[in-house]
Amino acid sequence: MKFWRFLMDKVLISLAFVSVIIAIIPLASILYFVTVRGAPTINLDFFTRLPPTPEPGAVGGLGNAIQGTLILVGLAACIGLPFGLLSGIYISEYGRNFFGRSVRFLGDVLIGNPSIVAGILGFTLLVPPLHSTSAMAGAFALGVIMIPIVSITTAEALRTVPNSVREASAALGIRKWRTSLLVVANAKSGVATGALLATARVLGETAPLILTAGISSLWFSGLNRPIASLTYYIFYYGTSPFKNWVSLAWGAAFFLIVMVIGINLAVRLLTRGRRPYAY
Amino acid sequence: MGARRSRADAFFKTLAFVFGSSIVALTLVFFYVLTTGSSLTIKSGFAFILGSEWNPLGNVYGVLPMIYGSVVTSAIALLIGVPISLGVAVFLSELSPRRLKSPISFIVELLAAVPSVVYGLWGVFILAPLLRVYAYPFLQAHFGFLPIFQGYIYGASILTAGIVLAIMIIPIVSSISRDALLAVPDSQREAAYALGATKSETIRISVLSYARSGILASIFLGLGRAFGETIAVTMVVGNTPLISGSLFSPGYTLASLIANEFTEATTTTYISALVEAGLVLLCVVFLTNIVARYLISRLVRSREAASYL
Repeated sequence: MKFWRFLMDKVLISLAFVSVIIAIIPLASILYFVTVRGAPTINLDFFTRLPPTPEPGAVGGLGNAIQGTLILVGLAACIGLPFGLLSGIYISEYGRNFFGRSVRFLGDVLIGNPSIVAGILGFTLLVPPLHSTSAMAGAFALGVIMIPIVSITTAEALRTVPNSVREASAALGIRKWRTSLLVVANAKSGVATGALLATARVLGETAPLILTAGISSLWFSGLNRPIASLTYYIFYYGTSPFKNWVSLAWGAAFFLIVMVIGINLAVRLLTRGRRPYAY
Repeated sequence: MGARRSRADAFFKTLAFVFGSSIVALTLVFFYVLTTGSSLTIKSGFAFILGSEWNPLGNVYGVLPMIYGSVVTSAIALLIGVPISLGVAVFLSELSPRRLKSPISFIVELLAAVPSVVYGLWGVFILAPLLRVYAYPFLQAHFGFLPIFQGYIYGASILTAGIVLAIMIIPIVSSISRDALLAVPDSQREAAYALGATKSETIRISVLSYARSGILASIFLGLGRAFGETIAVTMVVGNTPLISGSLFSPGYTLASLIANEFTEATTTTYISALVEAGLVLLCVVFLTNIVARYLISRLVRSREAASYL
Protein backbone atom coordinates (compact mmCIF):
# COMPACT_ATOMS: atom_id res chain seq x y z
CA MET A 1 0.00 0.00 0.00
CA LYS A 2 2.76 2.37 0.96
CA PHE A 3 4.76 1.31 -2.07
CA TRP A 4 1.78 1.87 -4.32
CA ARG A 5 1.31 5.42 -3.07
CA PHE A 6 5.01 6.11 -3.50
CA LEU A 7 4.94 4.80 -7.06
CA MET A 8 1.80 6.79 -7.98
CA ASP A 9 3.45 9.88 -6.61
CA LYS A 10 6.54 9.42 -8.79
CA VAL A 11 4.43 8.64 -11.86
CA LEU A 12 2.18 11.68 -11.48
CA ILE A 13 5.08 14.02 -10.74
CA SER A 14 6.98 12.80 -13.80
CA LEU A 15 3.86 13.38 -15.92
CA ALA A 16 4.26 17.09 -15.20
CA PHE A 17 7.87 16.95 -16.39
CA VAL A 18 6.80 15.07 -19.51
CA SER A 19 4.14 17.65 -20.35
CA VAL A 20 6.70 20.45 -20.18
CA ILE A 21 8.82 18.53 -22.68
CA ILE A 22 5.81 17.85 -24.89
CA ALA A 23 4.98 21.55 -24.85
CA ILE A 24 8.50 22.53 -25.85
CA ILE A 25 8.86 20.02 -28.74
CA PRO A 26 6.54 21.84 -31.20
CA LEU A 27 8.25 25.16 -30.55
CA ALA A 28 11.65 23.62 -31.11
CA SER A 29 10.41 21.91 -34.26
CA ILE A 30 8.88 25.12 -35.62
CA LEU A 31 12.01 27.15 -34.93
CA TYR A 32 14.21 24.44 -36.45
CA PHE A 33 12.29 24.00 -39.68
CA VAL A 34 11.59 27.69 -40.16
CA THR A 35 15.31 28.38 -39.80
CA VAL A 36 16.53 25.48 -41.92
CA ARG A 37 14.06 26.10 -44.74
CA GLY A 38 13.69 29.85 -44.40
CA ALA A 39 17.08 31.30 -43.58
CA PRO A 40 18.77 30.25 -46.87
CA THR A 41 16.21 32.23 -48.89
CA ILE A 42 17.04 35.45 -47.08
CA ASN A 43 19.34 37.54 -49.25
CA LEU A 44 19.36 41.02 -50.70
CA ASP A 45 16.78 40.07 -53.33
CA PHE A 46 14.39 39.02 -50.58
CA PHE A 47 14.25 42.59 -49.27
CA THR A 48 14.50 44.56 -52.49
CA ARG A 49 12.64 42.72 -55.25
CA LEU A 50 9.06 42.06 -56.18
CA PRO A 51 7.57 38.53 -56.00
CA PRO A 52 8.74 36.17 -58.74
CA THR A 53 6.69 34.30 -61.32
CA PRO A 54 6.06 30.65 -60.41
CA GLU A 55 8.46 29.35 -63.12
CA PRO A 56 11.33 27.31 -61.68
CA GLY A 57 14.42 29.43 -61.36
CA ALA A 58 12.60 32.76 -61.47
CA VAL A 59 14.19 35.15 -59.00
CA GLY A 60 12.43 37.66 -56.83
CA GLY A 61 11.76 38.65 -53.28
CA LEU A 62 9.09 39.93 -50.98
CA GLY A 63 10.22 43.54 -50.77
CA ASN A 64 6.69 44.79 -51.34
CA ALA A 65 5.29 42.50 -48.64
CA ILE A 66 7.83 43.75 -46.08
CA GLN A 67 7.00 47.33 -47.04
CA GLY A 68 3.28 46.56 -46.85
CA THR A 69 3.51 44.90 -43.45
CA LEU A 70 5.45 47.84 -42.04
CA ILE A 71 2.91 50.32 -43.41
CA LEU A 72 -0.06 48.30 -42.14
CA VAL A 73 1.39 47.80 -38.67
CA GLY A 74 2.54 51.43 -38.46
CA LEU A 75 -0.92 52.73 -39.37
CA ALA A 76 -2.57 50.22 -37.04
CA ALA A 77 -0.39 51.50 -34.21
CA CYS A 78 -1.59 55.04 -34.99
CA ILE A 79 -5.12 53.81 -34.24
CA GLY A 80 -4.44 51.22 -31.55
CA LEU A 81 -1.94 53.08 -29.37
CA PRO A 82 -3.80 56.35 -28.66
CA PHE A 83 -7.14 54.60 -28.12
CA GLY A 84 -5.60 51.84 -26.07
CA LEU A 85 -3.41 54.12 -23.98
CA LEU A 86 -6.15 56.58 -23.09
CA SER A 87 -8.75 53.93 -22.38
CA GLY A 88 -6.16 52.17 -20.22
CA ILE A 89 -5.65 55.41 -18.29
CA TYR A 90 -9.41 55.70 -17.96
CA ILE A 91 -9.77 52.17 -16.59
CA SER A 92 -6.99 52.56 -14.06
CA GLU A 93 -7.23 56.22 -12.98
CA TYR A 94 -10.90 57.14 -13.48
CA GLY A 95 -12.62 53.79 -13.68
CA ARG A 96 -13.45 53.06 -10.05
CA ASN A 97 -17.12 52.83 -10.82
CA PHE A 98 -19.50 50.45 -12.54
CA PHE A 99 -18.82 51.86 -16.00
CA GLY A 100 -15.06 51.65 -15.54
CA ARG A 101 -15.31 48.06 -14.39
CA SER A 102 -17.52 47.24 -17.40
CA VAL A 103 -14.97 48.80 -19.76
CA ARG A 104 -12.27 46.69 -18.15
CA PHE A 105 -14.40 43.55 -18.42
CA LEU A 106 -15.32 44.17 -22.06
CA GLY A 107 -11.69 44.89 -22.89
CA ASP A 108 -10.71 41.53 -21.45
CA VAL A 109 -13.46 39.84 -23.45
CA LEU A 110 -12.56 41.66 -26.69
CA ILE A 111 -8.92 40.53 -26.42
CA GLY A 112 -10.10 36.97 -26.95
CA ASN A 113 -12.24 37.85 -29.96
CA PRO A 114 -11.37 35.97 -33.13
CA SER A 115 -9.31 38.25 -35.35
CA ILE A 116 -11.31 37.23 -38.39
CA VAL A 117 -14.29 39.07 -36.89
CA ALA A 118 -12.24 42.29 -36.89
CA GLY A 119 -11.62 41.49 -40.55
CA ILE A 120 -15.35 41.27 -41.22
CA LEU A 121 -15.81 44.60 -39.44
CA GLY A 122 -13.10 46.28 -41.54
CA PHE A 123 -14.52 44.74 -44.68
CA THR A 124 -18.10 45.86 -44.05
CA LEU A 125 -17.19 49.40 -43.07
CA LEU A 126 -14.42 50.19 -45.54
CA VAL A 127 -14.29 47.83 -48.51
CA PRO A 128 -17.61 48.57 -50.28
CA PRO A 129 -17.16 52.38 -50.03
CA LEU A 130 -13.67 52.19 -51.59
CA HIS A 131 -14.72 49.50 -54.11
CA SER A 132 -11.73 47.34 -53.24
CA THR A 133 -9.64 45.99 -50.42
CA SER A 134 -7.21 48.62 -49.23
CA ALA A 135 -4.33 49.49 -46.94
CA MET A 136 -6.73 51.67 -45.00
CA ALA A 137 -9.17 48.84 -44.30
CA GLY A 138 -6.32 46.51 -43.33
CA ALA A 139 -4.81 49.03 -40.93
CA PHE A 140 -8.25 49.68 -39.45
CA ALA A 141 -8.83 45.98 -38.77
CA LEU A 142 -5.40 45.58 -37.18
CA GLY A 143 -5.95 48.76 -35.14
CA VAL A 144 -9.23 47.38 -33.82
CA ILE A 145 -7.37 44.25 -32.68
CA MET A 146 -4.73 46.38 -30.94
CA ILE A 147 -7.08 48.64 -28.95
CA PRO A 148 -8.19 46.20 -26.23
CA ILE A 149 -4.70 44.68 -25.88
CA VAL A 150 -3.00 48.03 -25.37
CA SER A 151 -5.81 49.19 -23.14
CA ILE A 152 -5.71 46.23 -20.76
CA THR A 153 -1.91 46.00 -20.62
CA THR A 154 -1.75 49.74 -19.91
CA ALA A 155 -4.36 49.49 -17.18
CA GLU A 156 -2.48 46.55 -15.63
CA ALA A 157 0.81 48.46 -15.78
CA LEU A 158 -0.73 51.55 -14.14
CA ARG A 159 -2.27 49.42 -11.43
CA THR A 160 1.21 48.37 -10.29
CA VAL A 161 2.11 51.99 -9.50
CA PRO A 162 1.67 52.35 -5.74
CA ASN A 163 -1.05 54.68 -4.53
CA SER A 164 1.55 56.62 -2.56
CA VAL A 165 2.71 58.14 -5.87
CA ARG A 166 -0.81 59.44 -6.55
CA GLU A 167 -1.21 60.65 -2.99
CA ALA A 168 2.18 62.41 -2.96
CA SER A 169 1.33 64.11 -6.21
CA ALA A 170 -2.07 65.22 -4.93
CA ALA A 171 -0.48 66.47 -1.69
CA LEU A 172 1.82 68.70 -3.73
CA GLY A 173 -1.27 70.26 -5.27
CA ILE A 174 -0.66 68.74 -8.67
CA ARG A 175 -3.85 68.38 -10.66
CA LYS A 176 -5.43 65.03 -11.29
CA TRP A 177 -4.62 64.95 -15.02
CA ARG A 178 -0.93 65.75 -14.45
CA THR A 179 -0.94 63.12 -11.73
CA SER A 180 -2.32 60.59 -14.21
CA LEU A 181 0.48 61.38 -16.64
CA LEU A 182 2.93 61.04 -13.77
CA VAL A 183 1.54 57.59 -13.05
CA VAL A 184 1.99 56.68 -16.72
CA ALA A 185 5.59 57.91 -16.58
CA ASN A 186 6.13 55.75 -13.51
CA ALA A 187 4.84 52.68 -15.30
CA LYS A 188 6.46 53.43 -18.64
CA SER A 189 8.20 50.09 -19.04
CA GLY A 190 4.96 48.22 -18.43
CA VAL A 191 3.09 50.48 -20.84
CA ALA A 192 5.80 50.06 -23.48
CA THR A 193 5.64 46.30 -22.95
CA GLY A 194 1.93 46.25 -23.73
CA ALA A 195 2.40 48.41 -26.81
CA LEU A 196 5.21 46.17 -28.08
CA LEU A 197 3.29 42.95 -27.46
CA ALA A 198 0.24 44.34 -29.24
CA THR A 199 2.43 45.33 -32.19
CA ALA A 200 3.99 41.86 -32.29
CA ARG A 201 0.53 40.35 -32.21
CA VAL A 202 -0.79 42.30 -35.22
CA LEU A 203 2.50 41.78 -37.06
CA GLY A 204 1.56 38.10 -37.27
CA GLU A 205 -2.13 38.53 -38.14
CA THR A 206 -3.28 37.05 -41.43
CA ALA A 207 -6.99 36.33 -41.39
CA PRO A 208 -8.25 39.92 -41.07
CA LEU A 209 -5.90 41.06 -43.85
CA ILE A 210 -7.39 38.58 -46.31
CA LEU A 211 -10.74 40.33 -45.96
CA THR A 212 -9.50 43.89 -45.71
CA ALA A 213 -6.03 44.57 -47.11
CA GLY A 214 -6.12 42.06 -49.94
CA ILE A 215 -2.88 41.26 -51.72
CA SER A 216 -0.79 42.99 -54.31
CA SER A 217 2.22 41.91 -56.34
CA LEU A 218 3.39 45.51 -56.71
CA TRP A 219 4.87 48.14 -54.41
CA PHE A 220 2.62 50.26 -52.19
CA SER A 221 0.61 52.58 -54.39
CA GLY A 222 -1.82 54.39 -52.12
CA LEU A 223 -3.90 53.94 -49.00
CA ASN A 224 -7.04 53.17 -51.00
CA ARG A 225 -5.38 50.34 -52.96
CA PRO A 226 -4.77 46.68 -52.01
CA ILE A 227 -1.50 46.18 -50.21
CA ALA A 228 0.88 43.23 -49.87
CA SER A 229 1.75 41.78 -46.48
CA LEU A 230 4.20 39.13 -45.29
CA THR A 231 1.58 37.03 -43.57
CA TYR A 232 -0.78 36.94 -46.55
CA TYR A 233 2.16 35.96 -48.76
CA ILE A 234 3.07 33.13 -46.37
CA PHE A 235 -0.50 31.85 -46.62
CA TYR A 236 -0.75 32.38 -50.39
CA TYR A 237 2.67 30.98 -51.30
CA GLY A 238 2.66 28.29 -48.63
CA THR A 239 -0.51 26.75 -50.08
CA SER A 240 0.66 27.06 -53.71
CA PRO A 241 2.10 24.12 -55.68
CA PHE A 242 5.19 26.02 -56.89
CA LYS A 243 8.54 25.23 -55.34
CA ASN A 244 10.09 28.69 -55.46
CA TRP A 245 6.93 30.24 -53.99
CA VAL A 246 6.88 27.73 -51.14
CA SER A 247 10.51 28.43 -50.29
CA LEU A 248 9.78 32.17 -50.26
CA ALA A 249 6.93 31.44 -47.83
CA TRP A 250 9.45 29.76 -45.50
CA GLY A 251 11.77 32.75 -45.91
CA ALA A 252 8.97 35.13 -44.97
CA ALA A 253 8.08 32.93 -42.00
CA PHE A 254 11.70 33.05 -40.84
CA PHE A 255 11.85 36.82 -41.15
CA LEU A 256 8.54 37.22 -39.34
CA ILE A 257 9.54 34.90 -36.50
CA VAL A 258 12.87 36.70 -36.07
CA MET A 259 10.98 40.01 -35.72
CA VAL A 260 8.35 38.61 -33.33
CA ILE A 261 10.87 36.83 -31.11
CA GLY A 262 13.05 39.95 -31.20
CA ILE A 263 10.14 41.98 -29.85
CA ASN A 264 9.46 39.37 -27.17
CA LEU A 265 13.09 39.41 -26.08
CA ALA A 266 13.01 43.21 -25.97
CA VAL A 267 9.93 43.00 -23.77
CA ARG A 268 11.73 40.57 -21.51
CA LEU A 269 14.65 42.95 -21.15
CA LEU A 270 12.26 45.83 -20.50
CA THR A 271 10.46 43.99 -17.74
CA ARG A 272 13.64 42.33 -16.44
CA GLY A 273 12.01 39.04 -15.57
CA ARG A 274 8.72 40.41 -14.31
CA ARG A 275 6.09 38.58 -16.25
CA PRO A 276 4.01 40.69 -18.63
CA TYR A 277 0.24 40.40 -18.29
CA ALA A 278 -0.99 37.28 -20.03
CA TYR A 279 -3.82 37.93 -22.43
CA MET B 1 -5.72 80.27 -12.72
CA GLY B 2 -7.45 77.68 -10.60
CA ALA B 3 -10.44 77.63 -12.91
CA ARG B 4 -8.22 77.05 -15.92
CA ARG B 5 -6.47 74.20 -14.21
CA SER B 6 -9.66 72.49 -13.24
CA ARG B 7 -10.93 72.98 -16.78
CA ALA B 8 -7.85 71.07 -17.92
CA ASP B 9 -8.75 68.43 -15.37
CA ALA B 10 -12.29 68.15 -16.65
CA PHE B 11 -11.05 68.06 -20.23
CA PHE B 12 -8.62 65.22 -19.54
CA LYS B 13 -11.21 63.27 -17.60
CA THR B 14 -13.68 63.62 -20.47
CA LEU B 15 -11.01 62.62 -22.95
CA ALA B 16 -10.13 59.50 -20.99
CA PHE B 17 -13.85 58.73 -20.60
CA VAL B 18 -14.48 59.07 -24.32
CA PHE B 19 -11.57 56.80 -25.22
CA GLY B 20 -12.58 54.40 -22.46
CA SER B 21 -16.08 54.28 -23.92
CA SER B 22 -14.56 53.39 -27.27
CA ILE B 23 -14.18 49.85 -25.96
CA VAL B 24 -17.89 49.65 -25.19
CA ALA B 25 -18.66 51.27 -28.54
CA LEU B 26 -16.42 48.78 -30.33
CA THR B 27 -18.27 45.87 -28.75
CA LEU B 28 -21.62 47.29 -29.84
CA VAL B 29 -20.31 48.03 -33.34
CA PHE B 30 -19.13 44.43 -33.69
CA PHE B 31 -22.58 43.08 -32.96
CA TYR B 32 -24.39 45.79 -34.91
CA VAL B 33 -22.31 45.40 -38.07
CA LEU B 34 -22.42 41.62 -38.04
CA THR B 35 -26.14 41.50 -37.32
CA THR B 36 -27.10 43.98 -40.04
CA GLY B 37 -24.55 42.53 -42.48
CA SER B 38 -25.99 39.07 -42.16
CA SER B 39 -29.62 39.89 -43.01
CA LEU B 40 -30.58 37.59 -40.18
CA THR B 41 -34.16 36.61 -39.56
CA ILE B 42 -35.30 33.96 -37.12
CA LYS B 43 -36.49 31.52 -39.77
CA SER B 44 -33.48 31.75 -42.07
CA GLY B 45 -31.30 31.74 -38.97
CA PHE B 46 -32.49 28.27 -38.03
CA ALA B 47 -32.16 27.02 -41.60
CA PHE B 48 -28.68 28.50 -41.64
CA ILE B 49 -27.49 26.89 -38.45
CA LEU B 50 -29.21 23.53 -38.93
CA GLY B 51 -28.76 23.21 -42.69
CA SER B 52 -26.15 20.67 -43.67
CA GLU B 53 -25.73 21.72 -47.28
CA TRP B 54 -23.35 24.51 -48.26
CA ASN B 55 -23.77 25.27 -51.94
CA PRO B 56 -23.21 28.93 -52.84
CA LEU B 57 -23.84 28.25 -56.55
CA GLY B 58 -27.27 26.88 -55.74
CA ASN B 59 -27.82 29.65 -53.18
CA VAL B 60 -28.13 27.12 -50.35
CA TYR B 61 -26.33 28.12 -47.19
CA GLY B 62 -26.23 25.73 -44.23
CA VAL B 63 -23.35 25.83 -41.79
CA LEU B 64 -23.98 22.70 -39.74
CA PRO B 65 -20.85 21.01 -41.17
CA MET B 66 -18.77 24.04 -40.18
CA ILE B 67 -20.27 24.17 -36.70
CA TYR B 68 -19.52 20.45 -36.40
CA GLY B 69 -15.95 21.09 -37.55
CA SER B 70 -15.41 23.99 -35.16
CA VAL B 71 -16.84 22.02 -32.22
CA VAL B 72 -14.91 18.82 -32.94
CA THR B 73 -11.56 20.51 -33.64
CA SER B 74 -11.93 22.61 -30.47
CA ALA B 75 -12.86 19.53 -28.47
CA ILE B 76 -9.77 17.68 -29.71
CA ALA B 77 -7.67 20.75 -28.91
CA LEU B 78 -9.00 20.78 -25.34
CA LEU B 79 -8.64 17.02 -24.87
CA ILE B 80 -4.99 17.12 -25.86
CA GLY B 81 -4.02 20.64 -24.89
CA VAL B 82 -5.57 20.98 -21.43
CA PRO B 83 -3.78 18.05 -19.72
CA ILE B 84 -0.44 19.17 -21.14
CA SER B 85 -1.09 22.77 -20.10
CA LEU B 86 -2.07 21.68 -16.59
CA GLY B 87 1.12 19.64 -16.40
CA VAL B 88 3.12 22.71 -17.37
CA ALA B 89 1.23 24.86 -14.86
CA VAL B 90 1.78 22.35 -12.05
CA PHE B 91 5.45 22.11 -12.95
CA LEU B 92 5.92 25.87 -12.97
CA SER B 93 4.05 26.56 -9.75
CA GLU B 94 4.81 23.46 -7.63
CA LEU B 95 7.81 21.52 -8.88
CA SER B 96 10.23 23.65 -10.83
CA PRO B 97 13.52 24.73 -9.32
CA ARG B 98 13.58 28.51 -8.99
CA ARG B 99 16.20 28.92 -11.71
CA LEU B 100 14.14 27.08 -14.35
CA LYS B 101 10.84 28.88 -13.72
CA SER B 102 11.46 32.00 -15.68
CA PRO B 103 13.14 30.45 -18.76
CA ILE B 104 10.49 27.74 -19.05
CA SER B 105 7.60 30.13 -18.80
CA PHE B 106 9.30 32.33 -21.40
CA ILE B 107 9.66 29.38 -23.77
CA VAL B 108 6.04 28.33 -23.30
CA GLU B 109 4.89 31.90 -23.84
CA LEU B 110 6.90 32.06 -27.05
CA LEU B 111 4.44 29.47 -28.38
CA ALA B 112 1.87 32.26 -28.17
CA ALA B 113 4.15 34.62 -30.06
CA VAL B 114 4.51 32.38 -33.11
CA PRO B 115 2.17 33.84 -35.75
CA SER B 116 -0.70 31.52 -36.57
CA VAL B 117 0.15 31.47 -40.27
CA VAL B 118 3.54 30.01 -39.32
CA TYR B 119 1.73 27.28 -37.38
CA GLY B 120 -0.22 26.68 -40.56
CA LEU B 121 2.90 26.44 -42.72
CA TRP B 122 4.55 24.10 -40.23
CA GLY B 123 1.34 22.09 -39.98
CA VAL B 124 1.07 21.64 -43.74
CA PHE B 125 4.68 20.72 -44.48
CA ILE B 126 5.98 19.12 -41.29
CA LEU B 127 3.24 17.95 -38.93
CA ALA B 128 0.56 16.70 -41.34
CA PRO B 129 2.89 14.44 -43.39
CA LEU B 130 4.36 13.06 -40.17
CA LEU B 131 0.91 12.30 -38.74
CA ARG B 132 -0.39 10.84 -41.99
CA VAL B 133 2.53 8.49 -42.47
CA TYR B 134 3.28 7.43 -38.89
CA ALA B 135 0.71 8.38 -36.26
CA TYR B 136 -2.60 7.91 -38.04
CA PRO B 137 -1.89 4.43 -39.49
CA PHE B 138 -0.78 3.43 -35.98
CA LEU B 139 -4.04 4.71 -34.51
CA GLN B 140 -6.02 2.97 -37.21
CA ALA B 141 -4.18 -0.31 -36.68
CA HIS B 142 -4.69 -0.37 -32.92
CA PHE B 143 -7.92 1.56 -32.38
CA GLY B 144 -9.51 1.04 -35.78
CA PHE B 145 -12.54 -0.58 -34.13
CA LEU B 146 -13.60 2.92 -33.08
CA PRO B 147 -15.56 4.65 -35.85
CA ILE B 148 -13.59 7.88 -35.32
CA PHE B 149 -10.43 6.15 -36.54
CA GLN B 150 -11.90 4.47 -39.61
CA GLY B 151 -11.86 5.37 -43.28
CA TYR B 152 -9.32 6.84 -45.64
CA ILE B 153 -6.49 8.75 -43.99
CA TYR B 154 -5.96 12.35 -45.09
CA GLY B 155 -3.14 14.58 -43.90
CA ALA B 156 -5.32 17.67 -43.93
CA SER B 157 -8.05 16.55 -41.57
CA ILE B 158 -10.15 17.39 -38.54
CA LEU B 159 -7.67 15.57 -36.27
CA THR B 160 -4.65 17.43 -37.68
CA ALA B 161 -6.42 20.75 -37.16
CA GLY B 162 -7.30 19.71 -33.60
CA ILE B 163 -3.69 18.82 -32.85
CA VAL B 164 -2.39 22.14 -34.22
CA LEU B 165 -5.01 23.94 -32.12
CA ALA B 166 -3.98 21.93 -29.06
CA ILE B 167 -0.44 23.28 -29.43
CA MET B 168 -1.74 26.80 -29.96
CA ILE B 169 -3.85 26.90 -26.78
CA ILE B 170 -1.08 25.60 -24.48
CA PRO B 171 0.37 29.06 -23.68
CA ILE B 172 -2.91 30.71 -22.64
CA VAL B 173 -4.29 27.73 -20.71
CA SER B 174 -1.01 27.06 -18.92
CA SER B 175 -0.30 30.68 -17.99
CA ILE B 176 -3.79 31.42 -16.64
CA SER B 177 -4.00 28.15 -14.71
CA ARG B 178 -0.47 28.64 -13.39
CA ASP B 179 -1.60 32.01 -12.00
CA ALA B 180 -4.52 30.23 -10.38
CA LEU B 181 -2.18 27.65 -8.80
CA LEU B 182 0.19 30.34 -7.55
CA ALA B 183 -2.74 32.05 -5.84
CA VAL B 184 -3.39 29.00 -3.66
CA PRO B 185 -2.26 29.91 -0.13
CA ASP B 186 0.61 27.85 1.29
CA SER B 187 -1.50 26.96 4.31
CA GLN B 188 -3.52 24.67 2.00
CA ARG B 189 -0.40 22.77 0.97
CA GLU B 190 0.91 22.63 4.53
CA ALA B 191 -2.38 21.21 5.74
CA ALA B 192 -2.21 18.39 3.22
CA TYR B 193 1.42 17.62 3.98
CA ALA B 194 0.64 17.63 7.70
CA LEU B 195 -1.95 14.92 7.04
CA GLY B 196 0.78 12.80 5.47
CA ALA B 197 -0.10 13.34 1.84
CA THR B 198 2.53 12.78 -0.82
CA LYS B 199 3.48 15.58 -3.20
CA SER B 200 1.09 14.47 -5.93
CA GLU B 201 -1.71 13.97 -3.43
CA THR B 202 -1.10 17.45 -2.05
CA ILE B 203 -1.25 18.91 -5.53
CA ARG B 204 -4.48 17.07 -6.27
CA ILE B 205 -6.26 17.53 -2.95
CA SER B 206 -5.30 21.02 -1.95
CA VAL B 207 -3.84 22.83 -4.95
CA LEU B 208 -5.81 21.75 -8.03
CA SER B 209 -9.15 21.58 -6.28
CA TYR B 210 -8.63 24.95 -4.60
CA ALA B 211 -7.75 26.52 -7.96
CA ARG B 212 -10.49 24.79 -9.94
CA SER B 213 -12.42 27.89 -10.95
CA GLY B 214 -9.24 29.51 -12.26
CA ILE B 215 -8.42 26.35 -14.17
CA LEU B 216 -11.95 26.27 -15.56
CA ALA B 217 -11.49 29.88 -16.69
CA SER B 218 -8.27 28.98 -18.48
CA ILE B 219 -10.04 26.13 -20.25
CA PHE B 220 -12.80 28.46 -21.40
CA LEU B 221 -10.21 30.94 -22.70
CA GLY B 222 -8.50 28.09 -24.55
CA LEU B 223 -11.85 27.03 -25.99
CA GLY B 224 -12.46 30.57 -27.26
CA ARG B 225 -9.05 30.67 -28.90
CA ALA B 226 -9.47 27.28 -30.53
CA PHE B 227 -12.97 28.06 -31.77
CA GLY B 228 -11.97 31.36 -33.33
CA GLU B 229 -8.54 30.43 -34.68
CA THR B 230 -8.59 30.93 -38.40
CA ILE B 231 -5.61 30.79 -40.66
CA ALA B 232 -3.69 27.86 -39.18
CA VAL B 233 -6.87 25.78 -39.26
CA THR B 234 -7.67 26.87 -42.81
CA MET B 235 -4.31 25.51 -43.92
CA VAL B 236 -4.63 22.07 -42.31
CA VAL B 237 -8.32 21.20 -42.02
CA GLY B 238 -8.99 20.37 -45.67
CA ASN B 239 -11.79 22.91 -46.20
CA THR B 240 -14.50 20.47 -47.21
CA PRO B 241 -18.04 20.93 -45.83
CA LEU B 242 -18.46 17.36 -44.58
CA ILE B 243 -19.94 15.79 -41.47
CA SER B 244 -18.03 12.55 -41.26
CA GLY B 245 -17.69 10.33 -38.24
CA SER B 246 -14.01 9.83 -38.97
CA LEU B 247 -11.45 12.23 -37.55
CA PHE B 248 -9.15 11.38 -40.45
CA SER B 249 -11.45 12.98 -43.00
CA PRO B 250 -11.18 16.62 -44.06
CA GLY B 251 -13.59 19.12 -42.58
CA TYR B 252 -14.35 22.80 -42.34
CA THR B 253 -14.74 25.29 -39.51
CA LEU B 254 -16.73 28.53 -39.28
CA ALA B 255 -13.58 30.64 -39.18
CA SER B 256 -11.85 28.84 -42.04
CA LEU B 257 -15.03 29.08 -44.10
CA ILE B 258 -14.90 32.87 -43.83
CA ALA B 259 -11.17 33.15 -44.54
CA ASN B 260 -11.34 30.73 -47.43
CA GLU B 261 -14.41 31.96 -49.27
CA PHE B 262 -14.68 35.67 -48.56
CA THR B 263 -12.46 36.63 -51.49
CA GLU B 264 -14.54 34.48 -53.83
CA ALA B 265 -17.90 35.71 -52.62
CA THR B 266 -19.35 37.87 -55.33
CA THR B 267 -23.09 38.03 -54.65
CA THR B 268 -24.50 39.92 -51.70
CA THR B 269 -26.33 36.84 -50.40
CA TYR B 270 -23.09 34.89 -50.43
CA ILE B 271 -21.30 37.65 -48.51
CA SER B 272 -24.13 38.00 -46.01
CA ALA B 273 -24.08 34.23 -45.45
CA LEU B 274 -20.39 34.47 -44.60
CA VAL B 275 -21.01 37.44 -42.33
CA GLU B 276 -23.71 35.40 -40.62
CA ALA B 277 -21.17 32.62 -40.06
CA GLY B 278 -19.00 35.32 -38.48
CA LEU B 279 -21.88 36.33 -36.23
CA VAL B 280 -22.29 32.75 -34.99
CA LEU B 281 -18.55 32.65 -34.33
CA LEU B 282 -18.60 36.00 -32.52
CA CYS B 283 -21.52 34.98 -30.29
CA VAL B 284 -19.95 31.67 -29.28
CA VAL B 285 -16.51 33.11 -28.53
CA PHE B 286 -17.96 36.18 -26.80
CA LEU B 287 -19.99 33.96 -24.47
CA THR B 288 -17.07 31.65 -23.63
CA ASN B 289 -14.86 34.66 -22.93
CA ILE B 290 -17.50 36.23 -20.71
CA VAL B 291 -17.70 33.04 -18.66
CA ALA B 292 -13.89 32.87 -18.44
CA ARG B 293 -13.48 36.50 -17.45
CA TYR B 294 -16.27 36.28 -14.92
CA LEU B 295 -14.54 33.33 -13.25
CA ILE B 296 -11.21 35.18 -13.29
CA SER B 297 -12.66 38.40 -11.90
CA ARG B 298 -14.28 36.47 -9.06
CA LEU B 299 -10.92 34.91 -8.34
CA VAL B 300 -9.13 38.26 -8.30
CA ARG B 301 -11.77 39.75 -6.04
CA SER B 302 -11.51 36.90 -3.54
CA ARG B 303 -7.73 37.24 -3.56
CA GLU B 304 -7.97 40.98 -2.90
CA ALA B 305 -10.45 40.34 -0.12
CA ALA B 306 -8.09 37.77 1.38
CA SER B 307 -5.20 40.23 1.32
CA TYR B 308 -7.13 42.59 3.61
CA LEU B 309 -7.40 39.96 6.32
